[in-house]
Amino acid sequence: MFCSVLSSSVSSLSRNALSVGWRTPAFRRFLSDEARAKIHAAVNEHPVVLFMKGTAEMPQCGFSRAVIQVLDMHRVPSKKLRTYNVLEDPELRGGIKEFSDWPTIPQLYVNGQFVGGCDILLSMHQSGELEALLEKHDIIPKIESSSQS
Amino acid sequence: MSNQTLGSMGPVETAIREKLTTLLQPLQLTITNESHVHRHHAAMRAQGGGNGETHFDVLIISAAFKGKSTIQRHRMIYAALSDELAQGLHAISLRTKTPEEVDPASAASSR
Repeated sequence: MFCSVLSSSVSSLSRNALSVGWRTPAFRRFLSDEARAKIHAAVNEHPVVLFMKGTAEMPQCGFSRAVIQVLDMHRVPSKKLRTYNVLEDPELRGGIKEFSDWPTIPQLYVNGQFVGGCDILLSMHQSGELEALLEKHDIIPKIESSSQS
Repeated sequence: MSNQTLGSMGPVETAIREKLTTLLQPLQLTITNESHVHRHHAAMRAQGGGNGETHFDVLIISAAFKGKSTIQRHRMIYAALSDELAQGLHAISLRTKTPEEVDPASAASSR
């Protein structure tokens, strides 16, 4: 868990990338370099990483539940999915928002890349983009158009 | 142009409408207050049910989205609403389209 790492001082605002420039969102205040490195390691540790409310077995929010259900529908193997319950860790809840530059939970990472929240996941699921992404990264097997059994 | 839900518009919805209109000059902006659906959730219970302006669904059709990925479109909106998100606004469901994505025939509209 992140608790001990994230209870550190207010971070510098000198981080580059993803900056809107003319405005600093109110949540951009909490992330120390150490905490940032910890989150970076976490999102790269498993092929699919989901920061959510509740757990995969017991989501605590409709939007988080929807993402879990979509991942289930694509049969993402449980050993390739790691979920983090932000409700158990207020510092992670704030830290991941700053790390991703995204103000809401749930947040999905695939192979270390931020993919989006619930709206984006649902839309990618409907368009077929999500299946393509999961197949491309060998998270689910590619389904061949004709199979012989 | 834009649709209005029943009842009065609170300050958060007003801010969403004003800021997104200024930022995106939308063809259509539909804001639906869905806070009542979520008022019993744990986080809302802790806030005493919330202030009635915690969850919204927003549909925007705007040419400003042209050439931008879904993530980029959402980031634009989140940046504009960062004050609201830092306060009582808990969640916004976003549907973002360009006029061409909604109706390909409209691409020929500017003559």
